[in-house]
Amino acid sequence: MQRALVLELDVPSSPEYIAIVRLVVASVASARRALADERVDDLKLAVSEACTNAIEANRVVHPDAAVHVEIWEATDRLEVTIEDSGPGFDPDKLEFPPPITDPERLNFERGLGIPLIRALVDDAAFIRTETGTEVRMTVFGGPTDGDDTGAIYMDMSSFADLPPL
Amino acid sequence: MELGLEVDDSRRPYTVLAVKGEVDVYTAPRLREKLVELVSQGKHQIVVDLEGVDFLDSTGLGVLVGGLKRLRSHDGDLTLVCTHQRILKVFEITGLTKVFSIFGSVDQAVAE
Repeated sequence: MQRALVLELDVPSSPEYIAIVRLVVASVASARRALADERVDDLKLAVSEACTNAIEANRVVHPDAAVHVEIWEATDRLEVTIEDSGPGFDPDKLEFPPPITDPERLNFERGLGIPLIRALVDDAAFIRTETGTEVRMTVFGGPTDGDDTGAIYMDMSSFADLPPL
Repeated sequence: MELGLEVDDSRRPYTVLAVKGEVDVYTAPRLREKLVELVSQGKHQIVVDLEGVDFLDSTGLGVLVGGLKRLRSHDGDLTLVCTHQRILKVFEITGLTKVFSIFGSVDQAVAE
């Protein structure tokens, strides 16, 4: 099976939509891949972290830009990409919190998202694109026996004009 | 998406804050506000009961770390109740199991 697009989703850069992205990704992963529930939970958390970062990045320069989510699959894997239009960052130059044994650790409430993504999925890539940053997260696991329904596109980016959820 | 926050003051000197729902960047500010409110009311021994939490991300962890720091500056403490593996895993990966005291029940947490 070649790498194929399963679903595309555009959501507004607003925190209330992250729960929807989590739900969609977890549903697709559970329905289409032979993954243990624990692995689906791991992916769900990694996606949440990546969406949080994407929304923050968009809000710096393009608050009206959507966060673009794609789910791809191949014979042995599921890939989720989260793309923003933000200023970008170098994942190797991030400041990480001090060691847990350091009393200064309590001064750091942030900085756990990227390490969590790296720990939770089988592969994580942070790719600088022409317009922003793409986080590509891969979990290995074969397909279930479900029918192939083709790619689905959901555009929720205009939902930002609606009243809050 | 609602975040349930229920305060139980019947276990003096402890205040038990039971959290229900999903804690992420959308809901975590409400948890932060509640912790700040409790500290400002002089409640400095807080047990955060995470048994009703279905999902917790790094924003939620950050709020709990901030709460612990705030309470320690008042010679208080913030302890956790959590038995769900998927939530405990987030604390384990980040090493925060060494920062927080995590108990299996509210009874155990207030017996300390």
